[in-house]
Amino acid sequence: MRILLDNFSKSFGATKVIENMTLEVGHGEMLALLGPSGCGKSTTLFAICGIHRPTGGRILFGDRDVTDLPSQARNIGVVFQSYALYPHMTVAENIGFPLKVKGMATADIRKEVDRISGLVHIGNLLGRRPAELSGGQQQRVALARALVRKPDVLLLDEPLANLDAKLRLEMRSEIRRIQRETGITAILVTHDQVEAMSMCDRIAIMKEGEIVQIATPAEMYSDPRTAFVAGFLGNPPITFLRGVMANGVFSIPDSEIRVPLPASVAAAEGAKLMLGVRPEHFTPTGDIAVPGKVMFAETQGRENLYDVRLNGGPLLRSIQPVRHDVNIDDAVTWAIDSRNVLVFDDDGRRL
Amino acid sequence: MAEKSQPSANYSTWPVILALTIVSAPLVLMYVYLFIDTITDTAVGSLIPESFTLRHWRFLWETPAGKPNIWLVTLNTLIFATSVTTVIVLVSSMAGYVLSRLNVPGRGFFLAGVMVLHAFPSVTLIIAIFIVLQMIGLYNSLIGVILVKAAIDLPLGIWLMKGFYDTVPWEIEMAGVVDGASRFRVWRSLVLPQVRPGIMAVGLFSFLTAWSEFILPQVLAPGSKVQVLSVYLSALIADDNNFDFGTFKAVGVFYIIPVLIVYALFHKYLMNIYGGGSKG
Repeated sequence: MRILLDNFSKSFGATKVIENMTLEVGHGEMLALLGPSGCGKSTTLFAICGIHRPTGGRILFGDRDVTDLPSQARNIGVVFQSYALYPHMTVAENIGFPLKVKGMATADIRKEVDRISGLVHIGNLLGRRPAELSGGQQQRVALARALVRKPDVLLLDEPLANLDAKLRLEMRSEIRRIQRETGITAILVTHDQVEAMSMCDRIAIMKEGEIVQIATPAEMYSDPRTAFVAGFLGNPPITFLRGVMANGVFSIPDSEIRVPLPASVAAAEGAKLMLGVRPEHFTPTGDIAVPGKVMFAETQGRENLYDVRLNGGPLLRSIQPVRHDVNIDDAVTWAIDSRNVLVFDDDGRRL
Repeated sequence: MAEKSQPSANYSTWPVILALTIVSAPLVLMYVYLFIDTITDTAVGSLIPESFTLRHWRFLWETPAGKPNIWLVTLNTLIFATSVTTVIVLVSSMAGYVLSRLNVPGRGFFLAGVMVLHAFPSVTLIIAIFIVLQMIGLYNSLIGVILVKAAIDLPLGIWLMKGFYDTVPWEIEMAGVVDGASRFRVWRSLVLPQVRPGIMAVGLFSFLTAWSEFILPQVLAPGSKVQVLSVYLSALIADDNNFDFGTFKAVGVFYIIPVLIVYALFHKYLMNIYGGGSKG
C-alpha cells in the first residue's frame, strides 16, 4: 500500500522536530529513513504508527486518511529496536496476540501462526519464551508478530542495532527476503548507511528534521546532492579538500595541488570550494598525481586503508587491494581520479 | 533474588556463624520460652518447667465470660487483613500505573502529596478519623476500620507499584497498541504480568501489616463483635481481675502462627519489595 506524508509536521512543546515534510512510499517498496541520531527519523516512524500525533499535515495509507486514527485502527506492523516481545507469553502467544485481540478463533490463530512462523523460519521455537531465545531468534519472532495480521505497512525501528555483526548480516538479507515475499510496503529507520543501502529500494536521508535527498542507493552514492549526504554514505567515508577556484582549476592555496573540474561544474573564479574524494578514487592509477606521506595504514583482509597527509596539510583516504610495500611514514605519490570527484560550494551544496 | 549465595572459599565461615549465633541466641531463647510457657506450668522464679498442661490453650474451645469467641475474633482479623490487602492491591496497581504512565494533570504534586501522607503518623489523625467515622455511622464496624487502614497504607503501595511500573519498557506498551489492543487491555494482559512480583510484594506487605495492626482497630472498632486478635490480646493483659500470663502467651503464639506461615511460604516475594521490576 502506498504511504503518503503530506506536509507532515511534529513538534514537542516548543521544540519543532519536523516541519512540513512530504514523503511518498510506493506500493511494495522498502524505504530507509537514514540519518544521525536526533534527526527526527524515529519521530516520523512513530507518527506513521500513530504513537505520536502529528501537529500538522496529513498521513495517508493508500487513499485512507489515517491522521486522526489511533494506532489500534491503523493496521500496521512494527518491529522495535528492543523487539518488545511480551516476556510472559510463549513465542506462539506472542505472534498470535494481534489476532487474539481481533477476536479470531483459536484454531484460525494457530493456522496463521504456523504459516507466518514458517515464513520466518521459527517453526520449531513456538513453545519457548522470549528469554530462552537468541537475539536473532527474538528478532524473527518480532517480525512474525508484526506481519501476522497482514498489515498495510511494516515499520522497522533500528531492527538490527542490538544484533552482533554476523547476525546483522544474516538478518539484513532475511528481512529483505521476507519483505519481498510478502510484498509489503516497509519503512526502515536506521543510522547505519550500510543497512540502508543494502536493504532498501530507496533511501531518504534526513538531517535536522528535513529530508535532504531521496534516491536509490546507487544514485545517492554517485550523485549526492550535498556534502552531508556524500559524507554519510560510503564506508570508509569520503574525504574533503578545501580550496578555491583559481585559473579555472581547483587549487589549494600554499600547495602544488591543482585539480581540473568536470566540465559540468560552473564555479566563479575565486569561489571557495570543497572537493570530495572517495577512498576508491585516490589510488596509484588516477590522473592527478599528488605527493604525500602515509599517516595511518589499516589492513581489512581484502583491502588496505591508508590515510595520506598531502604536502600542505589536507588528508586524503585511499582504499586499495592488499599490498605490503607501503608502511606508515612512507612518502607516496598517488593520484586523484579527477573524473569522479564531487564538487561542493562552501555551504556544502553540490555544484 | 532468592538464590543462596555460595560460601566464599577465601575465608572460613564458622567464626561469622558463631558470632551471629551468639548475637541471636537471646531472641531465639525468648521465642522458645514463649512457646514452652504456653504448654507448661512453672513455679514462680524458676526457669525449669514443672508439668505439662493445655490449660493455657483453653481459650480455643471455651469462651470466657465477657470475652468474644476466639474464632470469631480470628475470622474478623482474617476479613480485616484480606480486605485491606484487596483494596490496597486493587487501587495501587491501577494508581501506580496511571502515575507512572499517563499524563495526569498535577501528577508531580499528587506524587509528592501521596508521599507526605505516607510520612504522616496515623496516630495523629486518629481523633479526626474517629469523629468522621462516627458521623457517617461506620464507627465500630469492620468496614470503617478496613477503609481507614487501607487508606493509610495506600501511599506506600502506590509508590511501590509506580516504581515497578517504571521499569516496564515503553516498547511493550507501544507494541501492544500497534497490535490493536486497547489501552486497558494493554495494561491488563501485557503490563500487569510484568509487575507480578510487585503485586505479590505489596499484597504480602499489606496483609502482614494489617494482621498486626493494633491502634486503629482498638480505637475505631473495639466492640466484641468486630474485635481483631491484637485488640483481644490487649484486652487480656488489661484485665486485672483474671490476670493470666500463660493464656496471654498462648494467644500471642496463636496470633503469630499465620504470620510465620505466610512468611515461610512467600518471603522471597517480600524480598522484592524494594527491588522494583521484573526480568522476563
